Amino acid sequence: MNHGALATDITVAGLVIGLYVRDQDEAHDFYVGKLGFRVHTDARNGDYRRLTVQHPDQPAFQLGLFAPQPPTVDADTAKALREIVAKGAMPPLVLVVDDCRAAYERLQARGVEFTQEPTERYGSVDANFRDPSGNGWKMIEAKTARA
Amino acid sequence: MDTPASTSHDPDLLRRLLRAKDRMDAASHEAWPVERLAGVSHVSAAHFARAFKDAFGVPPHRYLLTRRIERATALLRDTDQPILDIALQTGWNSLGTFGRTFRDITGETPRQLRARQRAATHALEQVPGCYLSAAARPDLTIAVSEKRRREAGDTLGAPNTEQDP
Repeated sequence: MNHGALATDITVAGLVIGLYVRDQDEAHDFYVGKLGFRVHTDARNGDYRRLTVQHPDQPAFQLGLFAPQPPTVDADTAKALREIVAKGAMPPLVLVVDDCRAAYERLQARGVEFTQEPTERYGSVDANFRDPSGNGWKMIEAKTARA
Repeated sequence: MDTPASTSHDPDLLRRLLRAKDRMDAASHEAWPVERLAGVSHVSAAHFARAFKDAFGVPPHRYLLTRRIERATALLRDTDQPILDIALQTGWNSLGTFGRTFRDITGETPRQLRARQRAATHALEQVPGCYLSAAARPDLTIAVSEKRRREAGDTLGAPNTEQDP
């Protein structure tokens, strides 16, 4: 099967990927106030709040900051999801930056919780941080930036 | 379910326990007495070890051991440093303790592992370091002392099983 040919017959104009967070206000403050994302959608309907953010450099991409809660999931599932996020068991997200060490300095000064300082390996530099909920991020320096 | 078990599922506590795990990950060569870990998680030293095991499935010091062995394995594979230097760098005070623990957990000596890794071809450059290290992490589901005991038992029992046709 020719997967390459299939991939080109649908034009994708945007992408939204959701994260589970423990508190949407807290997540808003982190992603907007510390990481430099901007609010794309913030819509409420009763207890439900659809909150997505977007980085100005990546306008085709939205990051959803969603709370695991009924009615999207039942109460027991919501509880399990909150535990899984808090244990750091969700797969790490990746932020590709042009200068990892400079970004580290700036973000750390804003109070971002780094779990690994910038480390050089495989010809690049990477650092790890977490959002307040426990979601892990790898911040990787683009290899082409210093080519 | 009793009270300590249910409070250990509190997401806020789990998030603080994760912080202790992250700190061990970032500096596995350092000493991590329970009081220090408990301080990171803002829980009492008396409750920390149980809460950590409930959250992550292994006691904190066994987790630390797996991270040290994992890091030593990477250094044996990727560098030419003397084994003593690697032992001291990854948190052991003596070559003897390092060698014994390493063998008990991985089944081979540091020297044997280095020789075997050197012989294998390396196609790992394209794999992110975190996945590499996670894949190389020893799955230490029992205490090292228990593992030693069981292996001693196996050795004693081995001749009998081999004699049976």
